[in-house]
Amino acid sequence: MDDLFSDAVKALLTDHCTPAVVRAIEAGQAHAPLWQQLEDSGFVDALVPESAGGAGLALAYVYPVLELCGSFAVPVPLGETLLARGLLAHAGVSVPRGSVVFGTGQLGSDGRLDCAQVRCGTQADWVLVSCGGACRLLPVAAAQMQVAGFCLDAQLSWPQSAWDAAHAVPGAHDLMTLQAALYAAQLAGALMSVFSRTLQYANDRQQFGKPIGKFQAIQHQLSLMSEHAFAARMAAQLGLCATGQVPDRLRVAMAKARTSEAALEVAGLSHSIHGAIGFTREFDLQLYTRRLHAWRQAAGSESYWHDVLGQALLDSPEPLSLDLMRTLTDVVV
Amino acid sequence: MSQLDSLNPSAIPAQDEALRQEVRAFLVEAMRGVPAHVRARSWSGYDSEFSRELGRRGWLGITFPPAYGGAGRSAFARYVLVEEFLNFGAPVGSHWIADRQSGPLLLKYGTESQKQRYLPAICRGEAFFCIGMSEPGAGSDLASVRSRAAPNETGWLLNGQKIWTTNAHNCHYMIALVRTSGETTDRHKGLSQVIVDLSLPGVAVRPIVDQSGDSHFCEVFFENVQLGPDALVGDEGGGWEQVTAELAFERSGPERLFSSIALFDEWLAYVRTPQGRTPQAQRLAGKILSQLAPLRAMSVAITEKLTRGESPVVEAALVKDLGTGVEQLIPAAIADDLFSRDAADVPAELLNTLNYITQVAPSYSLRGGTRDILRGMIARGLGLR
Repeated sequence: MDDLFSDAVKALLTDHCTPAVVRAIEAGQAHAPLWQQLEDSGFVDALVPESAGGAGLALAYVYPVLELCGSFAVPVPLGETLLARGLLAHAGVSVPRGSVVFGTGQLGSDGRLDCAQVRCGTQADWVLVSCGGACRLLPVAAAQMQVAGFCLDAQLSWPQSAWDAAHAVPGAHDLMTLQAALYAAQLAGALMSVFSRTLQYANDRQQFGKPIGKFQAIQHQLSLMSEHAFAARMAAQLGLCATGQVPDRLRVAMAKARTSEAALEVAGLSHSIHGAIGFTREFDLQLYTRRLHAWRQAAGSESYWHDVLGQALLDSPEPLSLDLMRTLTDVVV
Repeated sequence: MSQLDSLNPSAIPAQDEALRQEVRAFLVEAMRGVPAHVRARSWSGYDSEFSRELGRRGWLGITFPPAYGGAGRSAFARYVLVEEFLNFGAPVGSHWIADRQSGPLLLKYGTESQKQRYLPAICRGEAFFCIGMSEPGAGSDLASVRSRAAPNETGWLLNGQKIWTTNAHNCHYMIALVRTSGETTDRHKGLSQVIVDLSLPGVAVRPIVDQSGDSHFCEVFFENVQLGPDALVGDEGGGWEQVTAELAFERSGPERLFSSIALFDEWLAYVRTPQGRTPQAQRLAGKILSQLAPLRAMSVAITEKLTRGESPVVEAALVKDLGTGVEQLIPAAIADDLFSRDAADVPAELLNTLNYITQVAPSYSLRGGTRDILRGMIARGLGLR
């Protein structure tokens, strides 16, 4: 994606996705005004082919937009919808109006289809549900909803008839990997926000007659935060590097594992440097650090993806670990 | 911190990547049968004949201009070469400093006659260099060096002492940071870099045995060592700036990620066996790879900046601090893995490699600037100092 595209997204989010808007939507106010701005901008169709009215971008080029979803703590499923519309359009399914999120479904003996924790599910119009190897698009309006975990996430439940009647998406789709690529990018964005806010706070906050950022102990904690934030950002960028529209599962494993590890470190250090104020609802830091934890938990924690990557490394016939490292990190520009 | 925003995935150009196949074919033969605990020494391992063989193949000073014996290739070409050397655990210590640091320094600051004299010899693997920075009273506080080169009618008269000088006992030359004017209280002012021929009268080199039993660093004493007028590198009094620029080369390379790689690969070979494979080991393998891989991408991205003539000092400090952390995690976590199981079938060679790496690992975050010095540099880059 060229800078013009991501600069435009950034300008839009700066105007319409302020901390006040994030707070209001988290508190249950309507998300429709924000969503309409994003929908009208056309950014959600970045991956949809030009022949179908989208921007026709390759997956690697939407990284900056997904990172911005994290750095602005966007409280509506912009990233999810952008990826879902790309998937649907390339699978030959007509893309519905409104927002789309992802769910993993289970058909229970009670004749219902349950999705345990749908990320951003309280804000969505549609859920792309993966169940028993099939993928179908279900309307949220027809589901029973209950908040689950993070305040925007939901447990959703449909009668089986809704699944049976739902439109099937042809082909096999690895929604877990797709979501992990998204939350890695959003984590990278949130990590940068938390880091830059903490740096600013250390320059502003005075104790013992000088900014606390003048103390070596604080400086070293900020240096460590920057190390994690920049390594995580590199990993997240690589997670979106793919030749086509489908992310590479092993690159995503590296990306989600590394960003999730960084999330824990950076959230902890940021609260340590901020002291009590950072832990209040009134102060903006929490909008981002709560998301660091929520997205670390989304689509597999670091250990889940360590297992995936470790299995590939142990199954690899190459005696040098360098060779798998190269396939993960070598890019073609 | 805006400069760091641009640390993006960078591609190694195809013509440089093409070197890998050639160097790997050579290394597969050259390193056949060398046990892992020996390969683990890598750039702390010395073999002058091996260095000369690399020189014959055109793999030393590959970035230097052809006029000085090099191949005029980019920093990426060198990156590919050294990445292969390190991952095979090739004994590259003899020429390492000359190829990485002293040669580029002479190219940038040296006189024409200095370039003619030293660079072709570096490319042939016949001139090995060490760096004289630390002294007994000047470690992290490098500006307090006391060794002095006083101008006299035949050049410079050198007196003083260096310590922790890597590989001095196997080198022909040292580029030393010394005081040429002013007093210790003048700090950065009055420091210069001089080339010292270590065979000169008045030079004494005494190896120091480290806790692993190896002697890779030394004390070096200077007693009325007469240097010629052409010993000075760059400007008189410009030593501090020159040393600072040099450290970007020293800190950004793949040697800050791969110091424990011989152990990691040896452990993986055991974990790939039916008796060695466990879910815990699989998870640990993934954890280490997921930390190393982004650092490798950052190291490549920094190399890209070097090819554009930038001096990414802060980025290099960031990669080194994280990289040495992973390098030190590897022996600690592998030891925990091996000794949380019935270790009866763990191969002795793996245990020997683990033992060696465990003993040298503390040096990773000391050499080239301690953890605390690096974090201070990053803090300065963040505008906190």
